[in-house]
Amino acid sequence: MEGKGLPGRNAMIRITRKVEFSAAHFYHNPDLSPEENRRIFGKCNNPHGHGHNYVLEVTIAGEPDPTTGMVLDLKEMKEILQREVVERMDHKHLNYEVPELAGKIPTCEIIAVVIWKLLEPKITKGKLDRVRLYESLDLFADCTADGKASAR
Amino acid sequence: MKTTLTKRYRFAASHRLHTSKLSDEENRHVYGKCNSPYGHGHNYEVEVTVAGPVNAATGMIANLGELDMFVEQRVIEAFDLKYLNEEIVEFRRVVPTTENICREIFRRLKGFPAARVERVRVEETSKNSFEYEEEAV
Repeated sequence: MEGKGLPGRNAMIRITRKVEFSAAHFYHNPDLSPEENRRIFGKCNNPHGHGHNYVLEVTIAGEPDPTTGMVLDLKEMKEILQREVVERMDHKHLNYEVPELAGKIPTCEIIAVVIWKLLEPKITKGKLDRVRLYESLDLFADCTADGKASAR
Repeated sequence: MKTTLTKRYRFAASHRLHTSKLSDEENRHVYGKCNSPYGHGHNYEVEVTVAGPVNAATGMIANLGELDMFVEQRVIEAFDLKYLNEEIVEFRRVVPTTENICREIFRRLKGFPAARVERVRVEETSKNSFEYEEEAV
């Protein structure tokens, strides 16, 4: 299709929005012995839990709408992130209060996968491209569409 | 969907960009201030990305303690507070640009047993960074 707008309007654009939430967690697998849990999870096995200020970066890829010039209205994206992630996880204990994480070990990787699965069906314009979750400045997990298999 | 885990490390080291393949004049022209004969240093920041299935029992791609130990032993202990051109044997014949530092760090980490090392990203300063990546075969 011929575009009437700006040159190169068929180029794909990525937009990223950042939100933060604070939550508690600890790592424990009831199928393993207490010793194994301590060995594998170390300090993170402390049953009293501990917390992080998580920083979430969500990237959407797509073509800007010819009328609005937007891939997805950032206001709408903010509302989706607020509803799906922040309200679910902010100031919560991830082991006990987030049903999507029930029975799972809430590592950075697992939380990122859960967030991907929550967001993917809600992104109606553009496509979810990357979920990056920082547990600290020095540690993050990425979920990306790999083009080979769709998210289960 | 693909999941990766990235951890950041840091080391401080000195280097000099100079190659015997070029004349002194050409070296000065190509490398500019980085060719200064006494060397200079940086606080390097290293991002190591591992990829692979999330282990069902641990919820982890790789145990961070194991990754930390591996990176510490293979890279940080070797590189931290060193003169890269002399004290890292590989840089006696290869110029220690950050491109080559990325590749050397990747080579040293490639054998990590718990997960596939996918990418090494090195920030030489907060204004420049370099990445080396190998796709899964």
